[in-house]
Amino acid sequence: MTITYLEAIREAQEKALRDDHRVYIYGQDVGAFGGAFKATKNLAKEFPGRILDAPISEDAMVGSAIGAAIEGMRPIVEMQFADFSVVAFNQIVNQAATLYWRTQVACPITIRLPSGGNPGSGPFHSQCLESLYSHFPGLVVMTPATVEDAYTMLLEAVEIDDPVIFCEHKYLYNRLKSDALPETNLSYDTARVVRFGRDLTIVAYSAMVHEALAAADQLHKENIEVEVVDLRCVKPLDLKTVMGSVARTARLLCVGESWPWGGVNAEVIASVATSGFHLLDAPPQRINSKDTPIPFHPNLWGVHKPSSQVIAAAARRLYEW
Amino acid sequence: MLDTLKQPKREVVSPVAREKYIDAFNWMLLARTTEEKLASLWRAGKISGGVYLGKGQEAISAALGIMLKSGDIFGPLIRDQAGRLAFGESLIDVFRVHFGSRTSLSRGREGNVHRGNPREGYQAMISHLGSLISVVAGALVARRFKGDISAIGATTIGDGGTSTGAFHEAINLAAVEKLPLVVVVVNNQYAYSTPNSRQFACKDLVDRAVGYGVEGHSLDGTDLRDCLEVLAKATERARSGHGPQLVVGSCLRLTGHAEHDDASYMDKSLLHTALGRDCLKVAETYLQEHHWADEALLENWRKNAKQRVEDAVADAQRDPLADPDTETWCPYATPRIAEALLVR
Repeated sequence: MTITYLEAIREAQEKALRDDHRVYIYGQDVGAFGGAFKATKNLAKEFPGRILDAPISEDAMVGSAIGAAIEGMRPIVEMQFADFSVVAFNQIVNQAATLYWRTQVACPITIRLPSGGNPGSGPFHSQCLESLYSHFPGLVVMTPATVEDAYTMLLEAVEIDDPVIFCEHKYLYNRLKSDALPETNLSYDTARVVRFGRDLTIVAYSAMVHEALAAADQLHKENIEVEVVDLRCVKPLDLKTVMGSVARTARLLCVGESWPWGGVNAEVIASVATSGFHLLDAPPQRINSKDTPIPFHPNLWGVHKPSSQVIAAAARRLYEW
Repeated sequence: MLDTLKQPKREVVSPVAREKYIDAFNWMLLARTTEEKLASLWRAGKISGGVYLGKGQEAISAALGIMLKSGDIFGPLIRDQAGRLAFGESLIDVFRVHFGSRTSLSRGREGNVHRGNPREGYQAMISHLGSLISVVAGALVARRFKGDISAIGATTIGDGGTSTGAFHEAINLAAVEKLPLVVVVVNNQYAYSTPNSRQFACKDLVDRAVGYGVEGHSLDGTDLRDCLEVLAKATERARSGHGPQLVVGSCLRLTGHAEHDDASYMDKSLLHTALGRDCLKVAETYLQEHHWADEALLENWRKNAKQRVEDAVADAQRDPLADPDTETWCPYATPRIAEALLVR
């Protein structure tokens, strides 16, 4: 049996619905239709009345989830695309993220953001918004890169008492496969060293972990040994694991698919430079998508986001610095 | 229409209606007294930030507050002191939050009107207008999941707030879900300085009810009797399974947007129209004309309200203020995340 990243998300939701009567799913086309990507396929049949189709009203979808969470529910909101979540930006960053701080009442909602590009998706169906949401105190932002993480981290997202922005990568939906779902896993707030190497550290998350690993394979042939750290969750950020890796390799390259300005890469580099400057033998580097809207045509899109070739080239330069 | 309401009608009123009227009047009076105190504390520099008053809107707010029962959900807005008190807010909490006491639920993290007790169904507004309506709707969705079909939710918004996307999205959502939600629009003619003519182009905001597929009601916000009648009906309709209710009340904001605002932009001639009547004065006259209260009893009620307010202020002032050393500086509820932050 094989299971895809997308199926893992469906399975996690099925388990959450089965195990916890407080869980319900709310989003556009998530009911009988099973969602735009089929992440809720058959769930409406299995759990009648608990998978609710929403009007095209992202603001009210999230607002209502907050109200339900206040009353003790554990809503999962599916945004059809991460890009549309900004319509609910106010509810997410001002209402949900501040609720516990203001009132001492928790806001356990999970907002699923189908993120990232696919060929031909264009500027409004391709965005990676983890940097944006990480800016706001009170939010947890997860960016799973594997089938196993997609499964266990979504279950953790539902259990967490704070609002979770769950950035699931659309490029991985059907491309990533695994043999089975895990019984146990690292906690969501712990980064994972997915490849050990002595020469330099690449910190990545979500789909970029796989580009980083491909680059590491290439560099291995050139006798450059790259260590790859998968952040898994970008807020809170596991700096301990990152710092441990940098302490071993003394070189840091950060890779993310979101835009460069004030992003996750910038935060990791700033943190390492601030508290681990003495560990570094070379200036830390970052690779993001280009600082333009996301282009539609695959010829443009293919070079807009970081690729394994670009990562390998940057790693080579950093190694030789 | 409002002109016909200038003269209180003298008809036979049931004892229940009389009791409710007196109850609501006393919440109005307590709210007015509370807010006068807040204004004077603000002028004396005892309160940081803004003080937002509901002068002229107490009748709508109190009438809504007393229609709600324990277990209902209430999402008040900035001019709802009367409704908040009627829904069960304790007077000392009003002052604790304004002072920024460590003992208040918001511990000095939020002030003035941004307060509530969500655990008790009393939602704490944020400043973004319209955004609380869907929260109240969602609380009702939760109640439905939990099998509680007796509760209703009520929330208020101003004329300006009806122009937001959040207002539209939330009412539409509530209508689709057929939720027992009462949305009370208090048209006080001005959104800060912006008059109705620059806010919306429809003839009457209540006409929007048709567009949303919900029931609509109008009321005269200067007349407590009308407020009670219409809100009794609207809350009863919501409670008995008739879905969302849109209530539009008309009145005039008899104060600035906040205490720093002298409202110099306001068309003063409105003060001499039916809209500009002070609902508290109208209610006092009504009470006297019906011989439900004479001047001596009114004076007794006023003294009582004043005493309660003075006592609450005195108690609240003894509470310790928010301070950075006892503040946790942690916005997370999840123990694992909070512990990691607190260790750091």
